[in-house]
Amino acid sequence: MLKIENLQVKLEEEDKQILKGLSLTVPSGEVHAIMGPNGSGKSTMSYVLSGKGGYEVTGGSATLDGVDLLAMEPEERAAAGLFLAFQYPVEIPGVGNMTFLRTAVNSQRKSRGEDEMSAAEFLKVIRAKAKSLKIDAEMLKRPVNVGFSGGEKKRNEILQMAMLEPKMCVLDETDSGLDVDAMKLVAEGVNALRDGKRSFLVITHYQRLLDHIKPDVVHIMADGRIIKSGGPELALEVENNGYADLLAEVA
Amino acid sequence: MAVSKAKSAAPDARLAAIISPVGGKWASEARKSALTRLHDMGLPTRRDEYWKFTRPDELTKADATPATLLETDEKPVFCDIDRLRLVFVDGVFDPDISDQMAMEHVEIEPLANAAEKDIHWARDIYGVLENSGQSPVNRPLAALNTATATQGMVIRVTGKAPRPICLHYVRTSETADAVVHHIVKVEAGGDVTLLENGPAAARINKVLEVDIADGGAFHHVRTQGRDHERRAAAHIFARLGTESSFKSFSLTVNGALTRNECVIEILGDNAHATIAGAAVGDGKTHPFHQDDTVFITHDAVNCESRQVFKKVLRNGATGVFQGKILVKPGAQKTDGYQISQGLMLDDDSQFLAKPELEIYADDVACSHGSTVGAIDADALFYLMSRGIPRAQATDLLVLSFLAAALEEIENEEIRKDIFGRLEAWIERHRN
Repeated sequence: MLKIENLQVKLEEEDKQILKGLSLTVPSGEVHAIMGPNGSGKSTMSYVLSGKGGYEVTGGSATLDGVDLLAMEPEERAAAGLFLAFQYPVEIPGVGNMTFLRTAVNSQRKSRGEDEMSAAEFLKVIRAKAKSLKIDAEMLKRPVNVGFSGGEKKRNEILQMAMLEPKMCVLDETDSGLDVDAMKLVAEGVNALRDGKRSFLVITHYQRLLDHIKPDVVHIMADGRIIKSGGPELALEVENNGYADLLAEVA
Repeated sequence: MAVSKAKSAAPDARLAAIISPVGGKWASEARKSALTRLHDMGLPTRRDEYWKFTRPDELTKADATPATLLETDEKPVFCDIDRLRLVFVDGVFDPDISDQMAMEHVEIEPLANAAEKDIHWARDIYGVLENSGQSPVNRPLAALNTATATQGMVIRVTGKAPRPICLHYVRTSETADAVVHHIVKVEAGGDVTLLENGPAAARINKVLEVDIADGGAFHHVRTQGRDHERRAAAHIFARLGTESSFKSFSLTVNGALTRNECVIEILGDNAHATIAGAAVGDGKTHPFHQDDTVFITHDAVNCESRQVFKKVLRNGATGVFQGKILVKPGAQKTDGYQISQGLMLDDDSQFLAKPELEIYADDVACSHGSTVGAIDADALFYLMSRGIPRAQATDLLVLSFLAAALEEIENEEIRKDIFGRLEAWIERHRN
């Protein structure tokens, strides 16, 4: 279970408060969606949870199954079961996708005191998972995200998620830049990982992704906090009316 | 050329001490004329523009500074590659521990033998390419080499060599001051790979002259490492004929002073030249200074040249790149590419770059770029967010940075060997 309580975050470089008392709980096995206007702090929340530099937490807490996320290094958060699917996956020339993934999987296993995966075993597992995401062998050999199309990059994120088997997946605008078919493929990949225990926090601007990944709860975020939570119908309301009414309600 | 009195006075002691070895007619003449041009030029000093970023003192002083031998259990590079191995101990060829100098399509002979003969094909190359490379910039250390060298290999390639030739250097002395001069003549249609590895001497002055005839191909991969206190000046002079190909890659690991000069003259149409290098230096226990100085002259139509240099520096290490592309009048359709990049792993190191283009033809595409930077924070966070610890993630990004230079090595087996060495070095030098 991910539990964020009264989280307050400012930029390290300038005196600008981004998150202003964000509270949110995602029980295990559930899918929650976060929607909200540009600049409301959605991406900042995902970065702060996963430990990116440049932010200062000025108050509040974030825990995963009771473990304080904010006290850990990014790689420790990953090993603890947190995964962030990036809005803009980073290209890493000269490092093979396969090498990268195997290093990641084995780093996490090592830090949890588990045995490392052998090359043969890893190959078997990744081939099966890549196939369902329509990622071919060539894409696995290529350097990480280099020369990948927008859709390929996002599918590669989902493949990483499938290989790392996290407890808590945060998807930051995974649907941005995807055509309908690519979005379906990504959604299928996510749905395949829903096992009743794994939780998801899906950040999106569009209701359309939520047609494919059905959320249990939808949160609306504005100006650094959650202003309203509800069922899937809340996403439809946003799709039809925009945020103006919701913002007015709170004001 | 005009030489000021002050300049030639400084390393006078060294020059006065030089006595050219006696050999056969052609060799004596070549050495004598090299000595004359050396006296005309004088040895380089810190005031020379060409030595602005690298102090030549250690290379020009009378006696070499002793360098301790490095103990290592690591197997030598290339040891798993099927190659013809020629061993130099403290800069002296040792036939007893070398392979038989016989291979299909290749003639190999020690320079000492060739120099004794009155007539030899080497006459048309030995010191000739070096002399040609003395303009427009002087390279006195190369002239010094031609004037004094008795050690080296003379190699002629008439067809496709079945396996690489490896010049394997071994050090046993802490004071050896070696001068080695190799010649490779690739005849029309010839194709050969030359490997070089191992610590050569406390101080080494090395020249490699490569003459590639029409349609010939020359591949060169060398590693410079395993001796932290090494002082080295290495020159490559290459002359390229029509549709010929020259590809050279250097890996420099550690070393107090390494100056690699490469002078390439592209004289035949449709020829290709690549010169690439990866250098990794950590100044923590020993000083590190590495300098790549390249001069490529395009004097033919529709030729391509590539320069790719990457340097990873930390703890006060210094990397230098001076690279010039000269496109002569009439050298149309020239495609010249040059990139030099420094990756700083801390705030104490420096990368000094001087990229130059000089173009006298109007239908050419030449580009040059030079960057210096730190590890990319976004990339580092991306790797760490997948569970890879900071140190290991940094290693991956260092390899990522070097990859573009390594990709210039054509032979996959050799490339993997070099990659493995780099991986091990990077791991050993984690902060």
